[in-house]
Amino acid sequence: MSDIATALGGARSQGSSSVSEAPMQGMITLRGNLADPALVAAVTGLTGAAMPSTRQITQGEGGSLGWMSPDELLILVPHQGVTDAVRDLSATLKDQHALVCNVSDARAVFTLSGPTAREVLAKLCPVDLAPGQFEAGELRRTRVAQVAAAFWVDAQGDFTLICFRSVAQYVFNLLTEAALPGGEVGVFA
Amino acid sequence: MLLLTCPYCGVEADETELSPGGEAHLKRFGPGASDEDFEAYLFLRDNPKGVHLERWRHANGCGKWFLAARCTSTLEVFGTYPAQTTRPPEDVLEAIRAKRPGWEMPA
Ligand SMILES: [Zn+2]
Repeated sequence: MSDIATALGGARSQGSSSVSEAPMQGMITLRGNLADPALVAAVTGLTGAAMPSTRQITQGEGGSLGWMSPDELLILVPHQGVTDAVRDLSATLKDQHALVCNVSDARAVFTLSGPTAREVLAKLCPVDLAPGQFEAGELRRTRVAQVAAAFWVDAQGDFTLICFRSVAQYVFNLLTEAALPGGEVGVFA
Repeated sequence: MLLLTCPYCGVEADETELSPGGEAHLKRFGPGASDEDFEAYLFLRDNPKGVHLERWRHANGCGKWFLAARCTSTLEVFGTYPAQTTRPPEDVLEAIRAKRPGWEMPA
């Protein structure tokens, strides 16, 4: 067995908010007919999460379901369970026009927490991050400066951001610089 | 700044989240077509000052192609709509005619 390593070895920076690379996260891309009852039963059964509506992310005992597009779901499960989950989902959906793909190793995950988390992201993304406009339960796909990313916020105000693994260092540097002490804007304070 | 609402995910997307795809509602001419039709399909595009029907892709978002009606000189947006259609929906056509009386859908 090879050792599994994240892109940046758990890099961390502390400014007005903290940026840390998350441990390996099981991530599955599912494309198919999201209205199909068998597909809905398979993904909700796997994660215990409710089927998300447009732009929502839902949580359950076994994982999360994120709405990525009208025919795409992001399924988050523990990393050690991802291979089995892909095998089981593929078997369940084998008679459908659907695709199940383990994308865990193609991605990097960051956690952004602290009092300036909203404005750090607002410096980098064309998204209205004002409280009340972006809240827990929503998943937003957008760009972070020059690269594609997606993020959501939990009830405590901590953001989770995913991007491609190949741009992990770039995104870590962007977030770190946007959170440098002295760069606070206070726009959402 | 141009803001277009993606009809698939509902995001009011900034232009920097989108990729432009040129003129919408092109009719494809392929094998068996005349040289003139094939040339027009491949290369000849309207370039109006005023109302334009365009293709856009929510590239840094849900990834879907959609269509938009907007004015190229004022950047006013009349509406956006899904790409699976050969002409704009009636409410978009009405929004255009209300602001640009006499406008006709290009042939
Ligand atoms: Zn969209």
